[in-house]
Amino acid sequence: MPDFSSHLFVFLLSAFLGLEVIRRVSHMLHTPLMSLTNAISAISVVVAIELAGQGHSTLGKVLGTLAVICATTNVVGGFLITERMLKMFKKREVKP
Amino acid sequence: MSFFPASFNCMLAEATTPAVHSGFDTRDAFITTCFLFACACFILSLKWLSAPATARKGNHIGALGMTAAVVGALLSAGIVSYTWIIIGLVIGAAAGIPMAVLMPMTHVPQRTALSHAFGALAAALVGTAHYYMDFARVGTSPLIMGILALEVLLGALTFTGSLMAFGKLQDLLPTRPMTYKGQNIVNVSILILAALCGVFLAIWPEQQWIFPILIVLALAFGVMLILPIGGGDMPTVISLLNSYAGLSASLMGFVLNNKLLIVAGALDGASGFVLSIIMCKAMNRSFVNVLFGAFGQVASSSAATTEKKNVRSGTAEDAAQILEAANLVIVIPGYGMAVAQAQHKVREMYDQLTRRGVDVRFAIHPVAGRMPGHMNVLLAEAEIPYDKLVEMDDINTEFPQCDVALVIGANDVVNPAARHDKSSPIYGMPILNADQAKTVMAIKRSMNPGFAGIENELYFSENCMMLFGDAKAVISSIAKELADGQK
Repeated sequence: MPDFSSHLFVFLLSAFLGLEVIRRVSHMLHTPLMSLTNAISAISVVVAIELAGQGHSTLGKVLGTLAVICATTNVVGGFLITERMLKMFKKREVKP
Repeated sequence: MSFFPASFNCMLAEATTPAVHSGFDTRDAFITTCFLFACACFILSLKWLSAPATARKGNHIGALGMTAAVVGALLSAGIVSYTWIIIGLVIGAAAGIPMAVLMPMTHVPQRTALSHAFGALAAALVGTAHYYMDFARVGTSPLIMGILALEVLLGALTFTGSLMAFGKLQDLLPTRPMTYKGQNIVNVSILILAALCGVFLAIWPEQQWIFPILIVLALAFGVMLILPIGGGDMPTVISLLNSYAGLSASLMGFVLNNKLLIVAGALDGASGFVLSIIMCKAMNRSFVNVLFGAFGQVASSSAATTEKKNVRSGTAEDAAQILEAANLVIVIPGYGMAVAQAQHKVREMYDQLTRRGVDVRFAIHPVAGRMPGHMNVLLAEAEIPYDKLVEMDDINTEFPQCDVALVIGANDVVNPAARHDKSSPIYGMPILNADQAKTVMAIKRSMNPGFAGIENELYFSENCMMLFGDAKAVISSIAKELADGQK
């Protein structure tokens, strides 16, 4: 299974990279971190799109479309709310 | 080759479209580039999120990466009709935008739980579709089928688990831990049965009747797993569910030969994992203890028998006078502040005090609130500068010099029993040393112990003054007293 072992390499490398990068994230940003990674993990939208667009199986189309809906909700909502939260983090007062 | 999003290998082989299989065509190369670009964006995105100064840039590049990934997916050769894709994208966006834009910041934990549910459901649906379209008919290697089963198992249990967490956070379900005799045995049995289904499917993928059983067991396990989790453990559990949602996306990448999914899923899985470790450490508990320990069941009986002790209670006027005379005030916010939506009133009080030259800082315990970083977001919403928010380890040395520790709706994170009372369920948990302050003020609705049912001896100590009432009302009258005093 040459594919599988290369997948495993990719998985291990990105998991360790993720652990290193995320350990450095400031504690005060943990909530935005979670909403951002939530949006990123909705990457399954990519395969859901292929599933909803193929023409071989009705079941695939139905489940694919549902998956597109769920994943898109997370993608759009996730990035928007992260933006909304990050905008609020200010170091100094911006008072008139 | 395997970087190509050739998700429906078997299916495409049946469809016999030679162009797709002739190796390196431009379309494939472009899609691969899109996906590679997306991977790089996601990694940079998380890297830039590490500090508030670059965090927004991080969010933007994450969104850019996701756009590239979606563009790549839309160009995929297997797509014959865009109707349902567009319908799905439009409905999804229509649901996602209001959830993000209109929702009050106090509801962030609920929203997060709900989005974990959506993400996991998407992963489970794709896995299910792939099984019935492909593996159930033409079979596959036991390894790949096993991974698919694990992916669907994780997706389904995260779906119901997150819905349960949402229900508890939204107060649709009781926040208290729901326990019964033999609960752990039931849970573990369900999990083992589900795992057995997965093994059977790996060996005999054509046995289609097993698949629905696997899904039902996984859905049931998700519900059962969250039943005994109390509100105070939500930060850990939400992080853990976050990790599962990512992991199931990653596993799907293994099944569908899509490395973008593996990378993005692994990043998310790692993030949830790191957060849950931080949360567990902040409570001095293990994963197993959080999931199977049913926090708060032990102490509720002993709390009832405690004799009446003296409690000193004060008025907002008393509090305002003490605060006014202080040099350093440390505010300790907790879930009670979030429930009462008191953060804006806290800001008013903060303004009044800083105007008088009082140094006001905020001590943030990692598990304060219902999700990691919950307090930071609320205080940031109230426009309190983030350099005034200090983490537990940094602020704990300052309590002996501090004049007033003002506890707003926090309880267990300031309970000194964690330091010395071996019988307390929170023994060993790192706490904020509020008891070392010259004066402690605690805002609380009543003397009822919190959800965990643990008596807090801090409230009975000599230097503690209780301010009874709703956090928002109390803080707002303190702010008013301060404002009147200045005139």
